[in-house]
Amino acid sequence: MSKIIASAAIRGAHKLVARAEEKWQQAMDRWGAKQEVGFPNTGYYLPVIYGILGVPVKTLGDMEPVLKRAKSLLPPPVREKVHLPYLGPVLDAGMATMFAEEIIEAIRYLEEPDFYTKQEEPVDGRIWLGAADDIILRRRGIEFVDGTAPGFAAVVGAAPSPEVAAKIAQELQEKMLYVFMAAEHNGVRFGEQLVEAGVQIGWPTRLVTFGPDITSAVFAIGFATRAAMSFGGIEPGDFRKILIYNKDRIFAFVLAMGTVTDEWYATAAGAINWGFPTIADTPIPQILPTGVCTYEHVVSNVPHDHMVAKAIEVRGLKVTVTKVPVPVAYGPAFEGERVRKDDVYLECGGGHSPCVEWCTMKNMDEVEDGKIEVIGPEIDDVPAGSHLPLAVVVEVAGRKMQEDFEPILERQIHHLVNYAQGVMHIGQRDIAWFRISKQAKEKGFKLRHIGHILHAKLHQDFGTIFDKVQVKLYTREEDVLPILEKARQVYRARDERIEGMTDETTDVYYSCTLCQSFAPGHVCMISPERTGLCGAYNWMDCKASYEINPTGPNQPVPKGECLDPKLGRFKGVDEFVAKASRGKIQTYNFYSIVHNPMTTCGCCECIAAVLPICNGVMTVNREYTGMTPCGMKFTTLAGMVGGGVSTPGFVGHSKYYITQRKFIAGDGGLLRLVWMPKMLKEEIRERFEKRAAELGVPDLLDRIADETVGVTEEEILPFLEEKQHPALTMEPIL
Amino acid sequence: MAENTDRSVCPATVQLLGKAQQEGVSTAFFRADQVKPCPIGADGSCCRNCAMGPCRVLLPRGKSDLEVEVTGVCGATTDTISARNFLRMIAAGAAAHSDHGRAVAETLIAAAKGEAPGYSIKDEYKLMKLALDFGIEVGDRPIEDIAVDVGRAALAQFSQQEGELAFIKKAPLKRQEIWRNLGIVPRGIDREIVEIMHRTHMGVDQDPESLLMHGMRAALADGWGGSMIGTELQDVLFGTPQPILGQVNLGVLKPDHVNVIVHGHEPLLSEMIVLAAEDPEMLALARAKGAQGINVAGICCTANEILMRHGIPIAGNFLQQELAIVTGVVDAMVVDVQCIMQSLPKVAQCYHTRIITTSNRARIPGATHIEFHEHDAVNAAKAIVRAAIEAFPHRTGRVEVPPHQVDFVAGFSHETIEYLLGGVFRSSYRPLNDNIINGRIRGVAGVVGCNNPRVEHDAVHVAMVKELIKNDVLVLQTGCSAIACAKAGLMTPEAASQYAGGGLAEVCETVGIPPVIHMGSCVDNSRILMAATAMVKEGGLGDDISDLPAAGAAPEWMSEKAISIGQYFVASGVFTVFGVTWPTTGSEKFSRLLFEGLEEKVKARWAYEPDPIKAAKLMIEHIDAKRKALGIDKARERVLYDMAMRRELEAL
Repeated sequence: MSKIIASAAIRGAHKLVARAEEKWQQAMDRWGAKQEVGFPNTGYYLPVIYGILGVPVKTLGDMEPVLKRAKSLLPPPVREKVHLPYLGPVLDAGMATMFAEEIIEAIRYLEEPDFYTKQEEPVDGRIWLGAADDIILRRRGIEFVDGTAPGFAAVVGAAPSPEVAAKIAQELQEKMLYVFMAAEHNGVRFGEQLVEAGVQIGWPTRLVTFGPDITSAVFAIGFATRAAMSFGGIEPGDFRKILIYNKDRIFAFVLAMGTVTDEWYATAAGAINWGFPTIADTPIPQILPTGVCTYEHVVSNVPHDHMVAKAIEVRGLKVTVTKVPVPVAYGPAFEGERVRKDDVYLECGGGHSPCVEWCTMKNMDEVEDGKIEVIGPEIDDVPAGSHLPLAVVVEVAGRKMQEDFEPILERQIHHLVNYAQGVMHIGQRDIAWFRISKQAKEKGFKLRHIGHILHAKLHQDFGTIFDKVQVKLYTREEDVLPILEKARQVYRARDERIEGMTDETTDVYYSCTLCQSFAPGHVCMISPERTGLCGAYNWMDCKASYEINPTGPNQPVPKGECLDPKLGRFKGVDEFVAKASRGKIQTYNFYSIVHNPMTTCGCCECIAAVLPICNGVMTVNREYTGMTPCGMKFTTLAGMVGGGVSTPGFVGHSKYYITQRKFIAGDGGLLRLVWMPKMLKEEIRERFEKRAAELGVPDLLDRIADETVGVTEEEILPFLEEKQHPALTMEPIL
Repeated sequence: MAENTDRSVCPATVQLLGKAQQEGVSTAFFRADQVKPCPIGADGSCCRNCAMGPCRVLLPRGKSDLEVEVTGVCGATTDTISARNFLRMIAAGAAAHSDHGRAVAETLIAAAKGEAPGYSIKDEYKLMKLALDFGIEVGDRPIEDIAVDVGRAALAQFSQQEGELAFIKKAPLKRQEIWRNLGIVPRGIDREIVEIMHRTHMGVDQDPESLLMHGMRAALADGWGGSMIGTELQDVLFGTPQPILGQVNLGVLKPDHVNVIVHGHEPLLSEMIVLAAEDPEMLALARAKGAQGINVAGICCTANEILMRHGIPIAGNFLQQELAIVTGVVDAMVVDVQCIMQSLPKVAQCYHTRIITTSNRARIPGATHIEFHEHDAVNAAKAIVRAAIEAFPHRTGRVEVPPHQVDFVAGFSHETIEYLLGGVFRSSYRPLNDNIINGRIRGVAGVVGCNNPRVEHDAVHVAMVKELIKNDVLVLQTGCSAIACAKAGLMTPEAASQYAGGGLAEVCETVGIPPVIHMGSCVDNSRILMAATAMVKEGGLGDDISDLPAAGAAPEWMSEKAISIGQYFVASGVFTVFGVTWPTTGSEKFSRLLFEGLEEKVKARWAYEPDPIKAAKLMIEHIDAKRKALGIDKARERVLYDMAMRRELEAL
């Protein structure tokens, strides 16, 4: 701290706590203590208060002890001369500020239910999104886990101009960081500046306009706190672990843009508890000694063109960004950006023209590395609003290249192309669909740049499994159609090969400890018939990942002696898990939810739970926010079973796994499934029906209850009985 | 004869020495001119442990006992005699601290049983921690029952005959191993002190090294035993100190108030005096006698104790005890044990001051004795305050309160430091260790100890501490040394930018602390041991206290307690420099053992250097050597973390 900062932060904390108390008193007068409060769709209540104090605030009345605690944390003002030490007291004041801000925001949800859009993106010109719900948390959280988003910048205030704001935002996006925005400077807000500069904001572009006031900054801290609980598996109330987890693993920082008010100082002091430093563009005092944060605590007077670089250095973050030779901004932050119909310059696929992408292996002498050919018209040759057929053929060669890796490389095209600003990619294989915006065209983006992107990025990410890659882009229908035909044959052959693989005939499984950056102790084990619970990694992906990085998070694990074929327990796997979980987990079963199920981390796509009365199992996907028959919403379930523990009766899994042959095979398999959300049913219907037919119950999906039938076991049981669901006649599940 | 301005750097002291001279009052300063140190005793070369002597084992001029052997009647060599004398100093010092600790334990038991009205348990959290240390069941038992058991367990530490003292386990594991391997883990506090008296009796242990090993054992029984019990149980009874604003120097005395000075070492009495002085009945009485109120101020470690917990002003340190009376406004000086000059009643005779002794262990001819027992503490305290009030109208002679009074910040316990560095939610020593590792703070020094009229009062403390902080060494202080630096203005946060090096100043500004930290009284040196241990446990600075870039010093020492403290610091792995004089100079052999030989035994040693700047340099050199050994002598590159590195992080 510096004395000036300490004095201001303590003043700010006093003001915010007083404001929270006033707001709370008004709310109590209006609604009474029993009035429910909370942020939308979350199992973490008011997450900072829940995480740090372990107090679930459900009603206005629940806020009273929290306010009391906040007040007790407020230190007296700093004396002018011979003052008492203030670092500890100021950090406490910062924490009190966080509690106060969360209470103020929760009451805002009550007073003005439509103040925040509660969506991922602005709605009808309303740009304030409010607290991230648990769906966003989990979806985005995975990016924090796998490193596609190494952290976030909490921007408070406003840049000197919309142009500077847009530039800083883009720089942060290029560094793959999320941008969380709050507060105003001179009546202007960073988020508004981005809108004015024509930048697409919202969660998909990682530019998150939380709210207009400094109190909205608490949503960023709440996000970080929930990450520690949901991915780190840290218990609510274990404040020290939550804070250290954030210091060590969530690479966030505050960018203070504009006049730093007392309230900003107080909020920044709060953030330091989490190890998040502040980088300011104004000449406020600096705090350079280290200790609470990893490096400096406050660095000030940083010119705008250095702010991002400085922030990353101060936070101790390493972001490796390969320069991709394209004339537009490039990075994962642009993946979620859309190109709207009116902005399209050129479109390929999407029903208007044939479009296909295909990766194929060639001999070394057939590939000239880096060669990009556009065969047919380029973007310059057609007017705005045109459609062109397109075949993207990626030809790779290399000593370590295998046919099995072709689909893996091919699957990269989607996100790699999407990373380019102003370029949108949807679908895959023969339903690929490209849109290039007018803005991108104006900046000089051409079709051949798709080739350049693929060449640069595939080399960067997969360089160890191939040596050379060339890309051909065909844009004449007479060239595209034959390629389409050929590619379809290859797709079929690939599918059959993968389908044919079984756990029994495969001796080596793969571990996945990718999540250990966030869920220490968690170990996934991936076999051909049990894909990773995040849905992102199947056995083949892991194999390729191992080839790419032999010391990385995916390691081959000889499964060893089969100790239990029904439940799926293997000696080699157990030994590996015991080691990789640092002794936390000694054994688990691949195919059981009841007996020592596999561990679950916070990023699972679905969570299955035993329903004892129905003698079956339900599963729920994370997008479904409603209640489920096990008595818990997804988010509560994830909070309970996530964090790398094995919880009998519950298991996290991918959507794909539901239709794999080994889905809870040890407990009776797919026929045990008695409930799932309607949206999930529709999403996997095609594969589900195929698998159900194999099991001899082709109409199984329609005999499974969903939320339209009921969300308690009692409600769905009559339906199951009426439909004669097979689970009812199976042996008792428990 | 020396000018008064050469006798002290403290302006209030200089001023009152002038008044004392004018009024013909004898003080230690003047007596030191008249009474020269006994040259044989000063060297530690006099053995009076039996009636065959006393033997003076003086060596021929210019020769050392490495070259020439001189023995006493029994054949005891110079180094043996030197070692025996040294050990007896340790015994006395350890006994003093430990007897203090014992009294606290007895009071805790009485308080918990409800037999000591006025006392209560102020820090339950610490009591619980102590219960765990002693293996006492907590459960849902009433707090009083737990307190009784903790008090009894603490008392048992004194009479324990075998095994290890409980608090030994608080030390870093590696340090415990060193002690165990040397066989110097104390068994019981009293036992080790008694054994010193036995070993140093005529014709018992006559091997200097063997003697020294046991001296360390007894000293450890002080630092990790008696003193630590004193500190910890005082925290339970009176509260663990928290940062507090204090005032220091004789200017805190108020001519229009009844001034009660509490002097000595145990807070048991002074805490009650503080309460009695706030008693409405007493205040009314004071007003009736024409006083505006009752002003309590402290001298010596009693002052430090009540300052740390109540912000009661400090009138001065050891050498100012007589001068306080010379102001003419001290109505009563209440004393208990240790460092109380027998001259006080004589000085008081020149004024109206009542000297009141209170401990049944410490009486002084000419003083009034009002015996203090914890069972009737409130009444004893009131009786004392009443005596002061009654003395107030009898003030005679010229009143002269020097206009010197300095604000400062005190109240740093080891627990408080941990809190200050991270608040409730992130409390830890991490920021301290981090900034030592990154070199902003070069190291840590404990500068403690007494005053000694053989050197310029306070000057050596202040010069040494200034030199240390100028070189970015954070200084932790206790006792009269702390009071000296507080008076010199080194214990304000503002002192950081004024006196400290850039790195240390920056850290002080960040935490809001002075560059010189007041950790309490001389039993509270155990707080420094705990802080050093916490630094080791926080990580990054080695795995033993001896690995830390840290050093200790007592530059104006005079009491035997200082030798015991110094020895337990050395035995705990801290390089320790003493000033003024050195009690073993008569034996080169034994001195070498202390100054060099100990290094291979306990990885630390003594040093003697009376020049404060040179002594500070020795400490800094030692700190730099430790930094080098830790590999933190060079700037480190900033580590930037990518995802793979985050995965490598150990789970919390």
